[in-house]
Amino acid sequence: MTLLHLAVLAPFLMAIVVPFLYRYLRQIHTGWFVLLLPVLLFAYLIQFLPSVANGESIMETMAWVPSLGINFTVYVDGLGLLFALLITGIGALVVLYSIYYLSKKTEALNNFYVYLLMFMGAMLGVVLADNLIVLYVFWELTSLASSLLIGYWFHREKSRYGAQKSMLITVFGGFAMLAGFSLLYVMAGTFSIRELIAQADVIAGHALFLPAMLLVLLGAFTKSAQFPFHIWLPDAMEAPTPVSAYLHSATMVKAGIYLVARLTPVFAGGAEWFWIVSGFGLFTLIWGSYSAIKQTDLKSILAFSTVSQLGLIMCLLGIGSSAVHFGYGSPESELYLIATLTAVFHLINHATFKGCLFMVVGIVDHETGTRDIRKLGGLMTFMPVTFTLAVVGSLSMAGLPPFNGFLSKEMFFTAVLRAAQLDIFNMETWGLLFPVIAWVASVFTFIYSMILLFKTFTGKYQPEKLDKKPHEAPVGMLVSPVILGSLVIILGFFPNVLSHTLLKPAMVSILPMLLETIDHFGVHIYMWHGFNAELMMTIGVVAAGTVLYRVMFKGESIYERLRQTDPLNHIYDSALVGLIKGSIAITRVQMTGLLRDYFAYMSVFMILLLGYATYRYQALAIDMESVAPISTYVWILAIVFILSTLSVPFINHRLTAIIAVGVIGFLLALLFVVFRAPDLALTQLLVETVMVVLFLLCFYHLPELRKESFKPIFKWTNVIISVAVGAIVTLIAFGSLAAGHHLNFEPISTYFIENSYTLAGGKNMVNVILVDFRGLDTVLEVLVLAIAALGVVTMVKLRMTGREDV
Amino acid sequence: MRVNNVMLYTITRVVVFIILSFSIYLFFAGHHNPGGGFIGGLMTAAALLLLYLSFDLKTIKQIIPFNYTWMIAIGLLLSLGTGVASMLLGYPFLTQFFDYFDLPFLGETELATAVLFDVGIYLTVVGITLLSILTIGEDR
Repeated sequence: MTLLHLAVLAPFLMAIVVPFLYRYLRQIHTGWFVLLLPVLLFAYLIQFLPSVANGESIMETMAWVPSLGINFTVYVDGLGLLFALLITGIGALVVLYSIYYLSKKTEALNNFYVYLLMFMGAMLGVVLADNLIVLYVFWELTSLASSLLIGYWFHREKSRYGAQKSMLITVFGGFAMLAGFSLLYVMAGTFSIRELIAQADVIAGHALFLPAMLLVLLGAFTKSAQFPFHIWLPDAMEAPTPVSAYLHSATMVKAGIYLVARLTPVFAGGAEWFWIVSGFGLFTLIWGSYSAIKQTDLKSILAFSTVSQLGLIMCLLGIGSSAVHFGYGSPESELYLIATLTAVFHLINHATFKGCLFMVVGIVDHETGTRDIRKLGGLMTFMPVTFTLAVVGSLSMAGLPPFNGFLSKEMFFTAVLRAAQLDIFNMETWGLLFPVIAWVASVFTFIYSMILLFKTFTGKYQPEKLDKKPHEAPVGMLVSPVILGSLVIILGFFPNVLSHTLLKPAMVSILPMLLETIDHFGVHIYMWHGFNAELMMTIGVVAAGTVLYRVMFKGESIYERLRQTDPLNHIYDSALVGLIKGSIAITRVQMTGLLRDYFAYMSVFMILLLGYATYRYQALAIDMESVAPISTYVWILAIVFILSTLSVPFINHRLTAIIAVGVIGFLLALLFVVFRAPDLALTQLLVETVMVVLFLLCFYHLPELRKESFKPIFKWTNVIISVAVGAIVTLIAFGSLAAGHHLNFEPISTYFIENSYTLAGGKNMVNVILVDFRGLDTVLEVLVLAIAALGVVTMVKLRMTGREDV
Repeated sequence: MRVNNVMLYTITRVVVFIILSFSIYLFFAGHHNPGGGFIGGLMTAAALLLLYLSFDLKTIKQIIPFNYTWMIAIGLLLSLGTGVASMLLGYPFLTQFFDYFDLPFLGETELATAVLFDVGIYLTVVGITLLSILTIGEDR
């Protein structure tokens, strides 16, 4: 446990305290306490900047499940630090903004900040973990926390819908990713990302390489809202605006990008990675930007814009991965390094201008009561500061000088132009698509940026359509967007501030060996780079965009002609309905309400599974030679046992049946005594006693035992099933005995017999196993029991009274 | 119908204490002899059940005012807490420690964190058994 581990876990610890702060210090907005944490974390993390800039990395390991190779390893390198700084830095600004956005009188602040802190901690865990399983745990936590945040206003149906959607899609991807991680473990025998990178050659030659890559990418694409999984992101806009600014511009959706960047050294170099990553990225770019111009809701515009910008970054990472193909240090690879550099740079830029814009939209929503661009207009005079921020953000998003978006847009053009000249992976034929699609998507980007800016702040002011009289936001609410807006300008004029401190270390993480082989690779970003093809493309974007905006968005008629919802939503919705219908149908067949049927299903399944397994592995063997002789009293016990078991089905009186079952239980205890297992015998005796009491109590509630009559055919199937179960269990017992004898297995108990006293200091082996060697099992078993007991309480005490819906 | 249960009451009063002390013995014996948290817990639950069965629920509730839901929670927290505690010290989750100490009156005694873990299991088992049985029993 080091300070670094504590830093990752600090948000969770803070989340425990928040409800108490909320309850006992009501007069102070809970956000002020929460604000301290990201600020402190940011200050702590920024200390690593100098050493990381020198190419060093910090690693701290804490054992978690060392026997399975799962360790909580915190690893700080360029890429991790960049993300961690974004998470804590933007996190601090978002918390500050939320203090003014969410009223302390009407909102359930404790829930909000607990979810937000949970999310922050989970994100930090994702970007700083070196172990894939730890990464996965935090990854799913981000899904969970974000869906809680999206559904924060849970009384709205759309919020719940959005939360469910994001949860279903991202958790589905997460599961796929877990499978991919498992395959990676199969190939390389480690969960550590750094060790995986070291074994990249082994993995690349393995048969499971492609399945593992596809599964991992599925996780990354669902999280980063790549086509066709992007449909959850617009619905996630039902969350409060600070959440949108945080989750959907700066952090959560970038987790997928982080994963792709992080695993580039493992997977890159082949054509599949290049084509899948850049292809999906490119398509998402154009699909998202086209969808954005159809929207009338400001937040929906931003949502689709985020989708398209994420596609842009993804595409760049794909193009950049071709550097691996050429080999580090070769002259071609340096050309494609620019793509990776742009990806990292645009990641930062996007976080600044999109965060700023989300906050601007939040202010507009907060002060006017609507986000519909058909109702808004002419707000420029009422909100001068907000307007200025919107100008900065939108122009940066559109890629105009002198803002940082311009720089990364130009570099993006450079990258796609270079990509078109690639002569690998069939790029000779398809390469031209890259700059063309990029240019068209940029035109769309320009148009929606202009819609966002002009439809809201210029044009006719329509007070009759607004709920509130608009005025400028309070100062506190403006602080965060002003900081982000200034960053947009500062990074525009002085982009090289970040070059050596953040950009270069991050690139070294994505393309390791870079620092060793081409140390002279400098990062220099300039605003002015001459009259070249990129600048011409930008001029073309502005010209085409302006014309299209003028012609098409004259009135509102365009929105009536275009369908605003994404057609893919329909597929999702019908799939969801189909899923529910299908599960209802299966449940109807399976859940007949008759205990006999359930037992029949389970037994038949067991017979088939075990029967197949014994057949498949030819485990059918009866070896009577090694069997110990059976003494007389065991014979007697066994006969009584069998007789009392057989008598149960023929008893018609319930009390007698209970007694007969009790006899079986006590006989079992006796068998344990005979075979010298006092612990088991004691447990069995006590459990049996408690069971009898339970039976007696339940007896009162049970209905009269009905004499049930079935058709003879039913009885015969039952007989067949029960005989088959008995036969297969007996066969397995014999088979395993013979197999153990044949293979000369060492019994599992030897280890415990030898070590229980020396390692755990206990002479009772059973107990030592329960509390020490297999303590986790015990805890989880007891946990299951506790859940069962609580289930009993809920079912009995909180019984539904009327015709309530579940 | 009133039944005179003098015999039952008298015997219960004596027997419950015998069972309870035996359950505590069983609990502590667990490390070296048959017994342990699970069995001790079940035995205690059996003793308390005997009380509930011979007297009525209300009377016993006044005498033993335990909230079994809380008991489960505390038990689980205790068990998991020993696991987390070893993590804080830099060992894997649920590592147990033991050592021998020279205590006054008892002489050299073995103290193990496993006992704390077992106390958690004990409390949880007692809580679960009684909570579920009493809930069903109270249901009218």
